[in-house]
Amino acid sequence: MSETTPRGKVMWLIGILVVILYALIPVAWITSLSFKAPDQVGDRKFFSGFSFDNYEAVFSDNTFLAALINSIGIALIATFISIVLAALAAYATSRLDFKGKAVILSGALAVAMFPPISIVGSLFDMWRAIGLYDTWPGLIIPYMTFTLPLAIYTLSAFFREIPWELEQAAQVDGATPFQAFRKIIVPLAAPGVFTAAILVFIFAWNDFIFANTLTSTDAARTVPAALAFFTGASQFEQPIGAVAAAAVVVTIPIIIMVFIFQRRIVAGLTAGAVKG
Amino acid sequence: MAQITLDNITKRYPDGFEAVKDMSLEIEDGEFVILVGPSGCGKSTALRMIAGLEDITDGELRIGDNVVNDKAPKDRDIAMVFQNYALYPHMTVRDNMGFALKLRGTDKGEIDEKVGEAARILDLEQHLDRKPANLSGGQRQRVAMGRAIVRDPSVFLMDEPLSNLDAKLRVQMRTEVSRIQQRLGTTTVYVTHDQTEAMTLGDRVAVMRSGQLQQVGSPMDLYNEPVNLFVAGFIGSPAMNFMPATVEGDHVKLPIGDVKLPQDVRERVGRAEGKQLIAGVRPEAFEAAALTGEAHDRGMAFNAHIDVVESMGSELYAHFSVDSDQSIESAELRELAEDAGGGEVPSAGEEGRIVARLDPASEVTEGQDAELWVDATRLILFDPEDGRNLTTSQQGPAATGGQGTSGREPEAANRQDDAETMTGTDGGDQPGATGATRM
Repeated sequence: MSETTPRGKVMWLIGILVVILYALIPVAWITSLSFKAPDQVGDRKFFSGFSFDNYEAVFSDNTFLAALINSIGIALIATFISIVLAALAAYATSRLDFKGKAVILSGALAVAMFPPISIVGSLFDMWRAIGLYDTWPGLIIPYMTFTLPLAIYTLSAFFREIPWELEQAAQVDGATPFQAFRKIIVPLAAPGVFTAAILVFIFAWNDFIFANTLTSTDAARTVPAALAFFTGASQFEQPIGAVAAAAVVVTIPIIIMVFIFQRRIVAGLTAGAVKG
Repeated sequence: MAQITLDNITKRYPDGFEAVKDMSLEIEDGEFVILVGPSGCGKSTALRMIAGLEDITDGELRIGDNVVNDKAPKDRDIAMVFQNYALYPHMTVRDNMGFALKLRGTDKGEIDEKVGEAARILDLEQHLDRKPANLSGGQRQRVAMGRAIVRDPSVFLMDEPLSNLDAKLRVQMRTEVSRIQQRLGTTTVYVTHDQTEAMTLGDRVAVMRSGQLQQVGSPMDLYNEPVNLFVAGFIGSPAMNFMPATVEGDHVKLPIGDVKLPQDVRERVGRAEGKQLIAGVRPEAFEAAALTGEAHDRGMAFNAHIDVVESMGSELYAHFSVDSDQSIESAELRELAEDAGGGEVPSAGEEGRIVARLDPASEVTEGQDAELWVDATRLILFDPEDGRNLTTSQQGPAATGGQGTSGREPEAANRQDDAETMTGTDGGDQPGATGATRM
């Protein structure tokens, strides 16, 4: 391989740098914007002064705080329900042979195929009719529905990797099927559970279409939707700095999530196989 | 402690395939029974039905006095050792072994005590806090055993527990399994495809073929009095030699010459006179003619051109071929030939190739003619059509339940002696003999 020669090493480094720059420049730019004072926002410099004004403005804004709480709550609940349901469904489809299994799997795939924009209009009407409009469940339900197929497919791939014998060993050891599932299968599929959880959480956290359409007040509006309604510290200012600060703030939970779970995923993958 | 009764057990899959056909077997309390047979013979399915991991299509299964056909594995008071051990990779050795007790709600102190005791028996004490991934194959195997022991179940089920180990470790663990079983005295059903394991471990061995029980008996019974061609060819290493034979008067005509039959055998095979039969001769029924001494009159001397001589130190294996215008045809032998390939059995049932086990004092050399002798009393004749043993006084395939298991201890000691003489070819078997005295 060319990496062994000095020339190859340099090329390799350049490649890595290009990718890192490509990925990080927008993030760095919005971070730098968030630290600028209002009069420096338009100066097109990467670094000009350092001020926490924007963050103070963002956190003194009740709308943003409410949105942050909505986002965290809705995303966590949607993730939890979705993963529990997906784990049960994935277990059933990967371990049992029953009539209609193929229908369930293709049905799940079909759900994932609908673009959210195509159903959001009718959901708006339905939710208003049955009183789910502008509530947490009103967002949790579509998030859960749209992420279930992905979670089911991810989890069943992990479940299939776990040898049947482990479960049978647990049964012989005196476990009920549910105990075997909870104490053996789920812990072993933990990397899969966390992978699926991250994907579901990110979907729910980042969604804009549903959040924007199905909410109207602080009662359920999540951060992505709230950002669109941002006005800044006063109505005479461009809210760019504040939007940038809010964007940085909403990115942080995702980064934390990924870092925590990534460690778990790697730990799970290296915990070792069953056979030698 | 419990006996197990299989009463006309059948396993039929939805596609109509019968993995186990009408199997009846009685396993006494504390007995060590081996189910042996080539792959696909239904032995694992039978074991899994006892475990409750496989539904029973027909028949009745009793453990102790209870019919357990419809009971879940957890309600059968059994412990199973799986072929790939099925250790829980996310738990430490301690937790693996204590899992069943924890599920049962045993208190912490008692679990620790029992796990500690099992670990002592199995020499696992310093590994208790490690994960299975960090253990060697033999250690994992012992953990799997430990998981079964800790529970103190009424029945141990073992599904080829040693087949994932390398040859040396397998011999070592074989002794270990035997020692543990004798120490605990727990009823054990052990599945293997390795006839050496079957011969050395079991109180009784049940040979299976295509879902049917062929013969159940002590290892020596199976070796000396196989009911049919299949059992004869399956048990023993090197395998029994087969050649075409015809009975004429009080003689049997073999490719190596005419052998005079002993009187009792002569009476039993009388009806088959003139018919083409298959003769089976164990390798040790041959000897160099010069060394036979008094026994000489029991058999027949003949000349053979020796192709290969394998010297084992304690004995010689002389390979030679016989020519015959007849050929032997039997479904059972074909099946055996297909199954051989494990490498442990030299020229298993290969047509026209004969292996003789000779005394090292016999002077045979490769490529030379030698005068050999065959013991007529050890000659077994089979009917090629149904594979039945015509020479034996025993009856055909019948699962006669556990006779003679009362005097367990002395019997176990005998068993080890038998095993040693039988598999004396295998130097690694020596620990097997000491294992019996160590308990």
